[in-house]
Amino acid sequence: MNVFDIIGPVMIGPSSSHTAGAVRLGRVAWKILGERAVKAEIRLSGSFAQTYRGHGTDKALIAGIMGMHSDDERIRRSLVLAGEEGLAYSFTAEDIPGAHPNTARIHLKGENGAECVVQGASIGGGNILVTEINGMEVSFTGQYNTLMVLHYDKPGTIAAVTNFMAYSGTNIGNFRLTRPRKGGEAVMTIEVDGDVEESLIQSLRILPNIINVVLIRAI
Amino acid sequence: MLEYDSIAAICEAAEQQQTTISALVLSDQVEQMEVSEETLYKRMENSLHVMQEAVREGKNPDLRSTSGLTGGDAAKIETYAASGGITGTFMNHAMARAVAVSEYNAAMGRIVASPTAGSCGILPGTVVSMLEEGRCDEHAAVMALFTAGAIGMVIAKNASIAGAQGGCQAECGSASAMAAAALVELAGGTPTQAAHACAIAIKNQLGLVCDPVAGLVEIPCIKRNVSGIAIAFTSAEMALAGVESKIPVDECVLAMRQVGDMLPCSLKETSQAGLATTPTGLRMKKQVFGEN
Repeated sequence: MNVFDIIGPVMIGPSSSHTAGAVRLGRVAWKILGERAVKAEIRLSGSFAQTYRGHGTDKALIAGIMGMHSDDERIRRSLVLAGEEGLAYSFTAEDIPGAHPNTARIHLKGENGAECVVQGASIGGGNILVTEINGMEVSFTGQYNTLMVLHYDKPGTIAAVTNFMAYSGTNIGNFRLTRPRKGGEAVMTIEVDGDVEESLIQSLRILPNIINVVLIRAI
Repeated sequence: MLEYDSIAAICEAAEQQQTTISALVLSDQVEQMEVSEETLYKRMENSLHVMQEAVREGKNPDLRSTSGLTGGDAAKIETYAASGGITGTFMNHAMARAVAVSEYNAAMGRIVASPTAGSCGILPGTVVSMLEEGRCDEHAAVMALFTAGAIGMVIAKNASIAGAQGGCQAECGSASAMAAAALVELAGGTPTQAAHACAIAIKNQLGLVCDPVAGLVEIPCIKRNVSGIAIAFTSAEMALAGVESKIPVDECVLAMRQVGDMLPCSLKETSQAGLATTPTGLRMKKQVFGEN
């Protein structure tokens, strides 16, 4: 904890869990999509489903999907901006069994045909817990800088990624691999200490068997 | 390095080094965060500027929250302040600032959570008031936010700053205690007096529940930011006059924690009791969210 955890963050109101956390969830989905989203189908569960309009959670999620940060003053106009920029969106209330009360399931389609489904929750204080990416179970909170490496389950892929990280002096604090089936799509969730250089992400992206690499920065 | 587990220890260290709490904390944070003093100062200066902008924007008479339940009250107080009211223009302007920032928060404006979004009007209502009413310069106001931050860190560590954990005493109560210490420093008081002000502010908000109507950070949060600044100002005035808290500040923080633990969940941000479940509170909830 430091003094800016108390005097801060600078954020768009009204509450860190309904705006800051929701913006971050939307942003994670957008980053994983890797291109401009043209369609967003969002399912909300628990208290998100009941209260999203009054809290502005819908505006916050769409703002994140459009790539905004949680202190962006355009958040309150994001639904209008989405219309102007050709992002079609829909919100439906749906109970997701066992999910955290503030859970959103975001299905995005991009301008060049990319598609992704991200499920996560806003767990308070602007913190998030992402639990599912493209049908794969993950678990990260965004409290640390986190690299999500979507890849094909082929020998040597993990070694190649972690070697590159070692060369760049990036220390791994936590590593998790999710592989729904042998040889298919898989995801590495890598929490790191300190900052991550953009050049590292670029060099990881061009490794064999890598589908996409995204960095989710800590708050 | 400071441990931030005792307000008294921080104040004693400042007294011993014959410095202010803010100067002590700034140099400590430079060490702990491994960044330059200039960078940290600039970052805090930016927070102060965000607060000032929120004060200006929040005074717009046409401002309304996303739910439509609140907005426009800061403008009313601002107009009334010109008359001097009962407590004078300074206090009324300070009240207008606290409401402005809280209403701006509810209208999805940009604010500084200090320590939370629900209590974001209290430091602007106090520290920004000292600056904009000509009682201190900008440098002192920026530094006072470090003092406030240090108090908040100890409370977060030994009690809580989350309404869901400790009730409103943890949010507006903490902000008020932080502001009281900052005000003492801005008025030229000693670190020991700041600790007393802090203790008095905490004592006056012990047990305050978090019972927001419809779960929104609006009713009664916005007006509790005003009582938060009133308590901060009166606590600071008492301490500056030489009044001491009979209960030491760190024991007040522990009492806050104990009371927070004993509060039922229904009164900790769940909107299951208190003002949230009054007939009017429930009617407003229906108005915003429908039958569910």
